[in-house]
Amino acid sequence: MLAFIIKRFVQSIVVMLVVGLIAFVMFRFVGDPVDQMVGLETSIEDRERLRETLGLNAPLPMQYWNFISSAAMGDFGTSYQFKRPVADMLGDRLPATLELALVSAIFALCAGIPMGVFTALYKDSVLTKLFQAISLVGISLPTFLIGILLIYVFSVQLQKLPSFGRGEVVDIAGWSTGLLTVSGLKALILPAITLGLFQMTLIMRLVRSEMMEILRSDFIKFARARGLTPRAVHFGHALKNTMIPVITITGLQLGSIIAFAIITETVFQWPGIGLMFLQAVQDVDVPIMAAYLLMIAFLFVFINLIVDILYVVVDPRIRIEKA
Amino acid sequence: MSKFGRFLAASVLAGACATSAMAENSFDYAFQGSLKGLDPYTLRETFTLGILTNVYEGLIKRGPNLEILPGLATSWEVIEPTRWRFHLRKGVKFHNGNDFTAEDVVFSAERLNSEGSDMKGRVPVDATFEIVDDHTVDVILASPNPILHYEWELWSIIDKDWAEANDSMRVTSASDTAETTISLKANGTGPFKISEHTSGVSTKFEANENWWNWDNREFNIDTVNFTSISADATRVAALLSGELDMVYPVPTQDIKRIDASSTLSALTGPELRTIFLGMDQRRDELLNSSITGKNPFKDIRVRQAFYHAIDAEAISARIMRKQATPSAVMVSPFLLDNADQFERLAYDPEKAKALLAEAGYPEGFEIRIDCPNDRYVNDESICQAVAAMMAKVGVKVNVNAQPKAQFFAKILASGGYETSFYLLGWTPGSLDSHNIFANLYGCRDDAGKGGQFNIGGYCNPEVDALAKEILVENDAAKRLDLVTQAYRIVTDEVGYLPLHQQGLAWGVSNDVSVAQRADNVLRFEHITKN
Repeated sequence: MLAFIIKRFVQSIVVMLVVGLIAFVMFRFVGDPVDQMVGLETSIEDRERLRETLGLNAPLPMQYWNFISSAAMGDFGTSYQFKRPVADMLGDRLPATLELALVSAIFALCAGIPMGVFTALYKDSVLTKLFQAISLVGISLPTFLIGILLIYVFSVQLQKLPSFGRGEVVDIAGWSTGLLTVSGLKALILPAITLGLFQMTLIMRLVRSEMMEILRSDFIKFARARGLTPRAVHFGHALKNTMIPVITITGLQLGSIIAFAIITETVFQWPGIGLMFLQAVQDVDVPIMAAYLLMIAFLFVFINLIVDILYVVVDPRIRIEKA
Repeated sequence: MSKFGRFLAASVLAGACATSAMAENSFDYAFQGSLKGLDPYTLRETFTLGILTNVYEGLIKRGPNLEILPGLATSWEVIEPTRWRFHLRKGVKFHNGNDFTAEDVVFSAERLNSEGSDMKGRVPVDATFEIVDDHTVDVILASPNPILHYEWELWSIIDKDWAEANDSMRVTSASDTAETTISLKANGTGPFKISEHTSGVSTKFEANENWWNWDNREFNIDTVNFTSISADATRVAALLSGELDMVYPVPTQDIKRIDASSTLSALTGPELRTIFLGMDQRRDELLNSSITGKNPFKDIRVRQAFYHAIDAEAISARIMRKQATPSAVMVSPFLLDNADQFERLAYDPEKAKALLAEAGYPEGFEIRIDCPNDRYVNDESICQAVAAMMAKVGVKVNVNAQPKAQFFAKILASGGYETSFYLLGWTPGSLDSHNIFANLYGCRDDAGKGGQFNIGGYCNPEVDALAKEILVENDAAKRLDLVTQAYRIVTDEVGYLPLHQQGLAWGVSNDVSVAQRADNVLRFEHITKN
């Protein structure tokens, strides 16, 4: 067991190093950071001096080593554009992204599960057709289009919800939250739906197919034969048994919600880490790009590591194979 | 279903109790770019410097039509050709209550030219400042300079005592690794104070009741909220939804939509920026071209042929949807008194073909144009239109459009001027023609010594000599004559191929009135809101 975990852990570190390396090689093609840091009229000598101070003239393996060795100690360097430590900037922007991710995950669950159950139970209902149409939209339309459509309807036409930003935020022990103010909550609605729609669709379809399968199984027939109320059969027995894959998928999807928030954040000018990353790409702010990519890689590696370990704990067959 | 129902109910409820009232006299606006740091000497970029002039002030000020007005200096005179005297405004206080004196001007001048400043040269490096008394400063120059004060609106005067007390004597350099007070807080003399600043996201300003011109102020707003919105569609939507009072820039295709709204209007006008094509006249063989062993652009007939082949009127009318004015000279007519003396070469594809044949390219040739796709208004489309027009005279132009970060990395000195045909835009930072002769027409070597942004490497010693004279000529009439002579030469030689003056487009609510300046700077002091 311990050997397995150590092995997985070593593999994770290798993955992180490779991601760091690939990112670093890519940065050479993004453009020249110095051009983005000074005005157009800045002299060549001043530009050269800046390049030297930033260590951009050092050979690539050297730059990579410097970055990785300080990143390992939690130091991601200083943003070229903002002159602030990248770790602080990520810390400032992370609450916005996490709140958005969390709310959209809750939205996906709260809307996806009932819709899945409903469509499994009432296959021919008009509502079922509607839900399935929505799920088709959710799965086929790109996120930015959904975002712009929502903005057009709810902000431009109805003028009910804000089209950009987080609204008012309250600072609680360094964590800026928009969950406690009316304008903050209103600002959350559209981005959360945009980001969560795809996940909602996924959960709805998953619940529906699992539910339909379970409803056909023997123990449900038996429960019905015992005369249990439909409510108890559907929710107490059937739904409970569909929850295991749903929980697994939701956990895994949380990582991608955070990672793919980039587009939603750009459409809604949501001041989270995704927007920061995209702006960093435009400004060739290498330290922010590198830190963001490493952070996302870490997130996925970490989630996968946990899942792998849980599998070993849960499923004895994997343990036996390893032994 | 129950959970879903509850969720729906909750969101409807949240929507219903919406519309919280905004403070009546607050002006909310958004711009495409963001305000990163607050140190006014860190980045020489018009937006950053422009927004900071609401907080800091320069010795001079420019009005809505860019006319020079007294700022922190009430008047100035040239005592000797190389000695200027500035009389400073009395009774001016910085936001922290400190008095504004000659010492602050001298300190700001030193700081401006110190290590790490991106504003070097805005005050000539060899100029010395002499304090005559608390409110009089003499500037002694190494050589006469008639446009000494032209760029000084955007040279913010900083309080020396405050800088000392807040460890901000040194400029927050682009290579700095630690935050400095001055990059997070501002202490100027201007009509607005910064009350909250989130780097790269938003900035809040409030009116400064102790401003020296408070009693004669034009504006009636108390607070200004600036947000950066980079996505075009979101920015326009935020205006259409009534959340913001103003957004800029407005993409050309959305101008009609904004004008169609009863509560909004699009404010358009020519910008100072000239969009032009540059041609490599330095290399012996063009890059990315079918012609080997020689450089067609060295032949003036080829450059003229390109000029005749491109229909700038059509580009302005179609691609730019009339939000541009074709230009005949490489400077905005705003900045050159006799710009109307110059005329574009006529659009004439037949003549272009004849010229190409005469130059020895009857079959035309192939060349690549390098083009940014996120820097100027419709930049990539302009290049595609150029390619289509050149195809009609037999020249095959391959468009290579890239994001500005890659584009500039390649075509500027640091990238070895890796282009032979390119599209670029230029605004003279000094709002004066000398900047253009020095940066765009000045002879340069391969490392960029000389005309640093003369990417095509045009070179005529006569123009260089004229530029030197223009720099030191104090007499306005003589100076204009020299400027005209120089433009005549470079225009006749087709050193560049000017296309148009790009247009400005601001989307503004009908409740507010703003002054649109041709340099795209928004000054809060001209804003009124009903």
